[in-house]
Amino acid sequence: MDDFYRDFILDHYRNPRNFGHLPAPDAVAEDRNPLCGDEMRVEIEVDDAGNVADIRFSGKGCAISQASASMLVESAKGKSLESLIALGEASVLENVGIDISPTRMKCAMLGLSVLKSAALAGLAKAGSE
Amino acid sequence: MNRGASATVTPDLNVRADFPILKERTSRGKPLIYLDSAATSQKPQAVIDAIARYYSEYNANIHRGVYEIAARATDAFEEARAKVARFLNAAEPAEIVWTRNATEAINLVAWSWGGANLHAGDIILLTQLEHHSNLVPWQLLAERTGAHLRYIPVDDRGEPILDDLDTLLQGCALVALTHVSNTLGTILPVAEIVARAHSTGAIVLVDGAQAAPHLAVDVRALDADFYALSAHKMLGPTGIGVLYGKRRLLEAMPPFLSGGDMIRSVSYERSTFNELPWKFEAGTSNIADAIAFGTAIDYLEAYGMENVRAHERALLAYAFERLAPLEARGLAIYGPHDVERSSGVVSMNFADIHAHDLASILDTEGVCIRAGHHCTMPLMARLDLAATARASFYIYNDRRDVDALVAGLEKAATIFRIS
Ligand SMILES: Cc1ncc(COP(=O)(O)O)c(C=O)c1O
Repeated sequence: MDDFYRDFILDHYRNPRNFGHLPAPDAVAEDRNPLCGDEMRVEIEVDDAGNVADIRFSGKGCAISQASASMLVESAKGKSLESLIALGEASVLENVGIDISPTRMKCAMLGLSVLKSAALAGLAKAGSE
Repeated sequence: MNRGASATVTPDLNVRADFPILKERTSRGKPLIYLDSAATSQKPQAVIDAIARYYSEYNANIHRGVYEIAARATDAFEEARAKVARFLNAAEPAEIVWTRNATEAINLVAWSWGGANLHAGDIILLTQLEHHSNLVPWQLLAERTGAHLRYIPVDDRGEPILDDLDTLLQGCALVALTHVSNTLGTILPVAEIVARAHSTGAIVLVDGAQAAPHLAVDVRALDADFYALSAHKMLGPTGIGVLYGKRRLLEAMPPFLSGGDMIRSVSYERSTFNELPWKFEAGTSNIADAIAFGTAIDYLEAYGMENVRAHERALLAYAFERLAPLEARGLAIYGPHDVERSSGVVSMNFADIHAHDLASILDTEGVCIRAGHHCTMPLMARLDLAATARASFYIYNDRRDVDALVAGLEKAATIFRIS
């Protein structure tokens, strides 16, 4: 677990990419990890083709949850909402490049679950329009 | 450990040998440095043996069998109750009701006493320090009855502010407060609060989950009406806890859970209930763990509660001293930060390292601490904290454990490049 905290992880933790808010997001989701109180919010702007035009995340939490979310959100730009919904835990683990202890998996997967909820919300909205 | 002469016990290294788990190593081969006793304590061999002995020598249901081992089990079970009564200085064993844990003890009072005595508009007064276990049951009771909650505020160090207590007590039917804060270690002036609450006619429940393991508790000196505790935080097994209540109050209360054991006689139409304390003990009790809790109490009494407190105070002073240099590097310590006013708890954050990351890094060194909100989410919001890392001590900890904690924090500083 101590090898988890490598430079690029700490960099994403201290300088999260795409951190903040969008002026007019099409889809928003938020969740918290009740165990540790970590909070996360994802906002997506969807283009006409149903792809991610822009994306932001916000919240607070540990290095694992923040860095995992930062890397995941960065890679989500330009992707279709459908492809985001199909993402599995492997996508997060590939980003961080190292095993995460079972007790910390919830932290690592918080960003993924909120991103998928936001993508679902985006699809639902597109379907109803 | 020298069981006989508690006044002369030098409570440092010797008791460690009584706790088999402390000989274990982690999967990385590190010795186990257990600093999470506020969550649950470790168990001495004597307690583990007491459970095995009950099951292997005299396992039988209590209060009904006429044969020898049933009598032996009943005696041991009731003897454990008497030990708890003596330990807390209750007037009589009948004032000791077995529950599963402190949470269930509090719920018993909320449902039974609360249901019968609280009315719309009554005030339930809590403190801002409360564990969810001494908060949520009162929120639900307030919803059921139309009562309202009020809180005794705490300052930024987590110490209760009693300036407006008399105003807060107006219209108050019940005060429910913790004796020691699990998150910050704050020791509350319970006797003073009880006296002031009684002068306005309020009943007082004390959540002793974090006090009974660490301080000499005298429920009559405190004049507490109810006192709740969990055995697992005081060297005993999980699954057994205690509600102390004054006889006068317990007698007037309706049953909580109902069924076998708690009745005197039952017909198809109605039932009459058993006397105290069995009126509140429906169904087969947790016999083995109650008996083993009695053994834990024997152990604590042999050690001496004054010695527990002295040992923890010395360890806390040592921890504050060792941690002080790290404060210049961004270590923040919460709570009273004063050994006279805290139990053996250090709640902290280190620079911009999240408490969970700190706990994970310490875990790689075999150091077990707790990270999070410690079941006190409103308190964390009050102190504007998302989470803290909490190290908590007990009789089996020593200076080496504090040294390991400090070394782990140094390691975290290196990993997170904190200069
Ligand atoms: C102050 C306080 N009250 C109540 C409880 C609840 O104890 P249990 O979970 O054993 O019922 C705890 C346990 O963490 C506690 O620290």
